[in-house]
Amino acid sequence: MTATALVERDFAVPDIRCAGCIAKLEQGLVRDRRIAAARVNFTEKRVHLSCTPDTDMPDLIGAFSNLGFEAHPIGTGLDEADAEAESSRELLRAVAVSGFAMMNIMLLSVSVWSGAAGATRDLFHWLSAAIALPTVAYAGRPFSRSAWRALRHGRTNMDVPISIGVALVCAISLYETATSGPHAYFDGAVMLLFFLLCGRWLDSVMRDRARGGVTALLRNMGTGAMVVEGDGRTRWVDTTALEPEMVMLVAAGERLSADGVVVGGASQLDLSLLTGESAPQSVRPDDRVHAGTLNLDAPIRVRVTAAGADTAIADIARLMGEAAQGKSRYVRIADRAARLYAPAVHCLALMAFAGWMIAGAGWHHSLLIAAAVLIITCPCALGLAVPAAQIVAAGELMRKGVLIKDGSALERLAEVDLALLDKTGTLTLGRPEALDLDRLDVGKKSLVLALAQASRHPLSEALTRALQSAHVLPAAVTRLRETPGFGVEAMWADHVVTLGRPQGVATGNALATELAVDGRPVATIRFADQLRPDARAAVAALRREGIDAMILSGDRAEAVAPVARELGLTAQTGMSPQDKLAAIERQETAGHKVLMLGDGLNDGPALAAGHASMAPGSASDVGKTAADCIFLGDRLMPVVETVRMARRARAIVKQNFLLAVGYNVIAVPLAFLGLVTPLVAAVAMSGSSLIVVGNALRLKRALR
Amino acid sequence: MNGLALLIPIALGLGLLGLCAFFWSLKRGQFDDLDGAALRIFVEDEEEPTA
Repeated sequence: MTATALVERDFAVPDIRCAGCIAKLEQGLVRDRRIAAARVNFTEKRVHLSCTPDTDMPDLIGAFSNLGFEAHPIGTGLDEADAEAESSRELLRAVAVSGFAMMNIMLLSVSVWSGAAGATRDLFHWLSAAIALPTVAYAGRPFSRSAWRALRHGRTNMDVPISIGVALVCAISLYETATSGPHAYFDGAVMLLFFLLCGRWLDSVMRDRARGGVTALLRNMGTGAMVVEGDGRTRWVDTTALEPEMVMLVAAGERLSADGVVVGGASQLDLSLLTGESAPQSVRPDDRVHAGTLNLDAPIRVRVTAAGADTAIADIARLMGEAAQGKSRYVRIADRAARLYAPAVHCLALMAFAGWMIAGAGWHHSLLIAAAVLIITCPCALGLAVPAAQIVAAGELMRKGVLIKDGSALERLAEVDLALLDKTGTLTLGRPEALDLDRLDVGKKSLVLALAQASRHPLSEALTRALQSAHVLPAAVTRLRETPGFGVEAMWADHVVTLGRPQGVATGNALATELAVDGRPVATIRFADQLRPDARAAVAALRREGIDAMILSGDRAEAVAPVARELGLTAQTGMSPQDKLAAIERQETAGHKVLMLGDGLNDGPALAAGHASMAPGSASDVGKTAADCIFLGDRLMPVVETVRMARRARAIVKQNFLLAVGYNVIAVPLAFLGLVTPLVAAVAMSGSSLIVVGNALRLKRALR
Repeated sequence: MNGLALLIPIALGLGLLGLCAFFWSLKRGQFDDLDGAALRIFVEDEEEPTA
């Protein structure tokens, strides 16, 4: 055993689905001697590897694919994510501490309520104080910090009344304890913190979960390219380490990691993620090529001209930064409610204090009543009203294959009334699909499958996928050989069979492949990007929800027209990222709330600018990062279901607010009259919180 | 009153014990992969390869 230090690497493996996968990965990966340990995290669909430093990235990915899994390396630049995970762990610790304190104080309070008096009551109050004060200091930090931040900027949010309320109640209770008074509200203060922290924690769990899903989907992170050295040898270089003047060797089916100029080979590139253009573009030496495009045909050599932040993507990133500012101005429902609620609560408490002073109750008694008013109106149920509903909604949507990035996205989705759709990859599947497979007889199909299986060319993969799902069995062929730039060749009985670039027939710009036996073409298969299977139904369903749709495409008019006709939509074509941004701004100034659906790099700014945005799981990384939520699979219907769920969640949130207000309408007069003892406060608070959570759980049935 | 002097520390101590156990398991990463933990029961251990 060598004593070299091991390197830790993380991989996103989206296909982990069962216990079998865990066993296969953990036990299979360590058979590679360079991998010391493998640990699967099923929840986040990740694998953590410890391997020797000399293991190259392609080897590791190869180890995964030998086991039948697709793995995407996760880059090391995850400090931000770590910080978020740390903050939600801190919240969980605060929940635990306040939960412990709440139960123990309640234990003491119950005996006070059931009649403990005199020295025993004082002792219990002091014990409660000893537990409550450190708890408030520790578990109250998330609120006091945020309240202080808001106050310093001259604003107010939900945390301001919470912090003031809890601090005031603790101070009064302490005074009450010191003077042997009958009522101490320590239990109320700590219970309030506990419920509110639960809400906060739910909110952050939801964001964590979605972020985990999104990281698993981002594939370009941590990728790289094979770089050809001066002496002709190749080595793997991470995207971040690529520099101008390096020469990359890009295999067929691989995505370019940097901008550059072709210096060797000729091929066709799929630009659909970059520009929305559906027809592949032929490139030959001296042509400029861009990062993010997919090499379809043959290996090419590309001299890097710009890498990392200097690529064409960087331009788009700048546009996105500007576009996203509009979204950051959105104020969440809870904070909007707090704007009205906080002053109202403070006024009520002040009025109670003044009223009882005027009535001649003495400042001690008046202050006690003011504290009761504060604690009874404190937004306990309000703090749970929004997160409880949103986490149930997000959980249900996740089961349907929709990842919502945060609660604010769900709120904005509920408000949209106009959908702007990208064509390539959004309305369509964004990958070539074989058009006329049904015309082939079974013998030809099995021959095509046998040949196509042997290649990783995108067209071969499309054929393999289609034929396997039709339960075609591959023919028995021998001596399989792939010629880059042409196709696959093999022996079948005593015939030479080939599957590759069409020789005789002119196919124009369209993608096609040809099956030939002994050099005689026997079948030509054409490919085209197909509409998503339920695109028509989804557009109609959107209309029924009162959301009109329009196509914004970067593709040519001739390519968009058939799709627009098929779906009955108006379309704007040939749009640049700036054009799409301008189109959204025009609609927003016209008073529409725009839902942007797109997948490409060119949609990035538009996705960031839309009031809400969604991207399919097949989208570019830029698209997935910019969008508010991501839907997986080939169907378009999840978009409609998400909007429906978002609206349902908004309705539930409103009901919850109404419930909370209704509870206040009953409780506040009681508190004003001085009838709210700590017992009443505790019952009211937990009762209203339970009702709100129960109401939120009704969302579980919303999509069934 | 004597009973209280005994019972209250016991109650608090048990509560604290639970809290500490929770923190310990949180730190050990036992909550990192909740769905996976449920599935691992089905994973059959491979026999140690005799090297």
